[in-house]
Amino acid sequence: MAQPLVKKDDDRDDEAEYSPFLGIEKGAVLQEARVFNDPQLDPRRCSQVITKLLYLLNQGETFTKIEATEVFFAVTKLFQSRDIGLRRMVYLMIKELSPSADEVIIVTSSLMKDMTSKTDMYRANAIRVLCRITDGTLLTQIERYLKQAIVDKNPVVASAALVSGIHLLQTTPEIVKRWSNEVQEAVQSRAALVQFHALALLHQIRQNDRLAVSKLVTSLTRGTVRSPLAQCLLIRYTTQVIREAATTQTGDRPFYDFLESCLRHKAEMVIFEAARAITELNGVTNRELTPAITVLQLFLSSSKPVLRFAAVRTLNKVAMTHPMAVTNCNIDMESLISDQNRSIATLAITTLLKTGNESSVDRLMKQITNFMSDIADEFKIVVVEAIRSLCLKFPLKYRSLMNFLSNILREEGGFEYKKAIVDSIVILIRDIPDAKENGLLHLCEFIEDCEFTYLSTQILHFLGTEGPKTSDPSKYIRYIYNRVHLENATVRAAAVSTLAKFGAMVDALKPRVFVLLRRCLYDGDDEVRDRATLYLNTVGSDGEVIETDKDVKDFLFGSLDIPLANIETSLKNYEPAEQPFDINSVPKEVKTQPLAEKKAPGKMPAGLGAPPSGPPSTVDAYEKLLSSIPEFSDFGKLFKSAAPVELTEAETEYAVNVVKHIFDKHVVFQYNCTNTIPEQLLENVTVIVDASEAEEFAELASKPLRSLPYDSPGQTFVAFEKPEGVPAVGKFSNMLRFIVKEVDPTTGDVEDDGVEDEYQLEDLEVVAADYVMKVGVSNFRNAWESIGPDFERVDEYGLGPRESLAEAVSAVISLLGMQPCEGTEVVANNSRSHTCLLSGVFIGNVKVLVRLQFGIDGPKEVAMKLAVRSEDDNVSDMIHEIVASG
Amino acid sequence: MVKDTCPSIKNILLLDSEGKRVAVKYYSNDWPTNSAKEAFEKAVFTKTQKTNARTEAEIAMLEGNVIVYKFVQDLHFFVTGGEDENELILATVLQGFFDAVGLLLRGNVDKKEALENLDLILLCLDEIVDGGIILETDANVIAGKVASHSVDVGAPLSEQTISQALATAREHLTRSLLK
Repeated sequence: MAQPLVKKDDDRDDEAEYSPFLGIEKGAVLQEARVFNDPQLDPRRCSQVITKLLYLLNQGETFTKIEATEVFFAVTKLFQSRDIGLRRMVYLMIKELSPSADEVIIVTSSLMKDMTSKTDMYRANAIRVLCRITDGTLLTQIERYLKQAIVDKNPVVASAALVSGIHLLQTTPEIVKRWSNEVQEAVQSRAALVQFHALALLHQIRQNDRLAVSKLVTSLTRGTVRSPLAQCLLIRYTTQVIREAATTQTGDRPFYDFLESCLRHKAEMVIFEAARAITELNGVTNRELTPAITVLQLFLSSSKPVLRFAAVRTLNKVAMTHPMAVTNCNIDMESLISDQNRSIATLAITTLLKTGNESSVDRLMKQITNFMSDIADEFKIVVVEAIRSLCLKFPLKYRSLMNFLSNILREEGGFEYKKAIVDSIVILIRDIPDAKENGLLHLCEFIEDCEFTYLSTQILHFLGTEGPKTSDPSKYIRYIYNRVHLENATVRAAAVSTLAKFGAMVDALKPRVFVLLRRCLYDGDDEVRDRATLYLNTVGSDGEVIETDKDVKDFLFGSLDIPLANIETSLKNYEPAEQPFDINSVPKEVKTQPLAEKKAPGKMPAGLGAPPSGPPSTVDAYEKLLSSIPEFSDFGKLFKSAAPVELTEAETEYAVNVVKHIFDKHVVFQYNCTNTIPEQLLENVTVIVDASEAEEFAELASKPLRSLPYDSPGQTFVAFEKPEGVPAVGKFSNMLRFIVKEVDPTTGDVEDDGVEDEYQLEDLEVVAADYVMKVGVSNFRNAWESIGPDFERVDEYGLGPRESLAEAVSAVISLLGMQPCEGTEVVANNSRSHTCLLSGVFIGNVKVLVRLQFGIDGPKEVAMKLAVRSEDDNVSDMIHEIVASG
Repeated sequence: MVKDTCPSIKNILLLDSEGKRVAVKYYSNDWPTNSAKEAFEKAVFTKTQKTNARTEAEIAMLEGNVIVYKFVQDLHFFVTGGEDENELILATVLQGFFDAVGLLLRGNVDKKEALENLDLILLCLDEIVDGGIILETDANVIAGKVASHSVDVGAPLSEQTISQALATAREHLTRSLLK
């Protein structure tokens, strides 16, 4: 800019490298910034210097603290100039510098003057700048102007104030919440964007008040919202209301008509938002889906890539749950396979794979083969995953699909991609018995020329498990032993283990495998030698054809039924001591996401200071917490802690949830309490538990919470004694009792006198599932066979009419509280029968495995066959009792 | 939560034909450092480089983000949003930015012109999105707000770029003040 302007018709090639910022240097520009201090300001020159400074910042240059302060003070001088253009640059510069609190004070008065200026551009921009850099204390001074600005007749000013309000709500919600009258007025604005911003702010102010949001939606869906953006917001809020309403009432879905009418809006973004909202409704019916699918289908043939992408992406998601609804779009989808945009093509392919029927598989596979070579790895992974699920859906087609997978396995590709293919083949081998031998050979071929150590070792391990069970195990030996010659030490060690497994499992091969293992004793790597020695000595060093001892097999090759993540944490916590590390002390519980946070979304508004600092929810943490309480320290080892259960409605004065801790002879209820009233301090908080409906339990101790100030959660405990090892069940009613003291929220002063008060909580139940711990097994079939049929109990149950098979399956799973294995908790769409595998550990450390077979018959009658195997016949019976009484 | 809230923009990028920055603005904390930002820009640029986004805006997904983009001459325009963002809203923002730059640069949309008028480009970004929230999507309104102070006197604008006209206007003003 500082350089002379070149005439337009000059030859372009000569100035290919021309840039007004060529050779720009920070030090020099900072020097130039001195012009800001000139008594006679040159606005044009000043603007140029600011542009240069902004250019530097934009290119990633940083200013030191001192430099930034100097520039800031210099820039503040420019408020003297009345040049509009320069002022705009000053605003930008101040925002970029994000000054510190004491610097903000310098510009506050200038900005406040601009905020009340007659020039609309000044008002709007000054508001945005001031709100960006200010903190809460200043806000009270300017609040009056901001409220005025929200209802300003200039839409730019109103929008500036509203958007600033949205940002400020994150830091100072209590102030912004006072503006709701003005914001409400702005929602009625005739200016499209003002309406959008006002609606966004109003919703955020009220988002925790379900009733108010519902009212807002009801009134606006009747009226006319002008801006497409605001209409999109309204659709989002409406779906939120629908989602919450659906849990309480049944029958016709409220507001569906509104969503449907949005499908005829003139703005494409609104049509799409509505269509997507409909497809994502909980339990959407085919009738509700149809109009949405129709508009999305129209988008598929649009000339705009963005529209095609949006439509195909949404339909792809629909195809996962409602493949039949999408089949109408198949012809349009097929033409998208050759789309220029590879993302669109991939989404189209994978959608077709989900919706296609058995007869179209071969044709599709041909099309995909042509197309695989020119897409990125991440899309190839999507395709591979789609093919995997297709293969599980049409097991008869495994041959062509397996061939496809093995072909792409040979081609070039990154690790993630290869891993996806290998994983898919492994799953197919596991689930489709016919595919096993074929698939194993493909994997063997792959490791002949595999550059990824991780994959080689995984495949070798898998070969060791599956190979010996095939009709001709000997043919794999060559592939495995080749690894011992050609690979790095990690793979060689894995190969040795695999060889040993063949030796141990297939007696006929034993002598020959031993010859090979002995050669490994001369390997250059100590791990390889160690493994060879271990196996030679334990499996039977004489190499005769004798059956390997079962204990040895278990020791060497048995599965480790402890989650690896748990053993890792335990080992990290283990400090070298006299006592050796005890593997039995490792918790076996599979850690799941804490449910409580999902259950109560938005319960703690994000702006309300610190995030909910609830008690840590992992088992380790619970154990630590409980053992630190002297009353409970002699209860022994914690068996299981359940996920928190809410005992209060959301948005009530006091929020309480409970965590059940199960011990061998005791049960401890941990009540997590939160006081949501700023004007109150609770003291001596206890929960009075009435256990009259829980006969086998006797109250032992209770640990009150001394003080519960506003918004800082605390815990009180109640302990019960119960018969040892018996899964006693019962219902407990709870009453929160406390002394309430008034608090002045502004000063924080607490009144001396308190009043005793009570607060009714919801009931709590201890159910049989509380005595079962979720413990997964890596290979269900092996585990099932190794437990043996000694204590197997099989029975059949009629579950009566059920909403769907999936609902019945998840109901039984949650009733038993066990860990679903191998992904069997997912029920394929429209299937008439399903097998679900569960595993767990019953109190007293008894391993339990459950095989559930469901069938649905005619009008939603679900029947179930339950087979239980465990190490104790009482426990097997107990599981049946749980189901029978559930 | 994410979906119930306001549509939000994660960043707007204006890169040249080699993937270098002309002007960029980030609104989210997904890329905390300059090197993270540069890595993202490089990834976006490489991924989209070979596509034809000159007639219609194109779209891609990268690192869990949706990116809409459009090219003209040696300039590449990008708008990034979250994975679940309504693609058409992002496209509207892109179109607003693209057209506003076209208006401000009087149709001469290329890197040289953009750098010469970087002040206008930066103001333009500032008027489109504020802290991730869409401020305005109508190109005429955006350009109008950016250039509002230059629509001034009967200067022979036809032969000048806006910034030139702006400069003359400012000079006039200064002179009159100095008198």
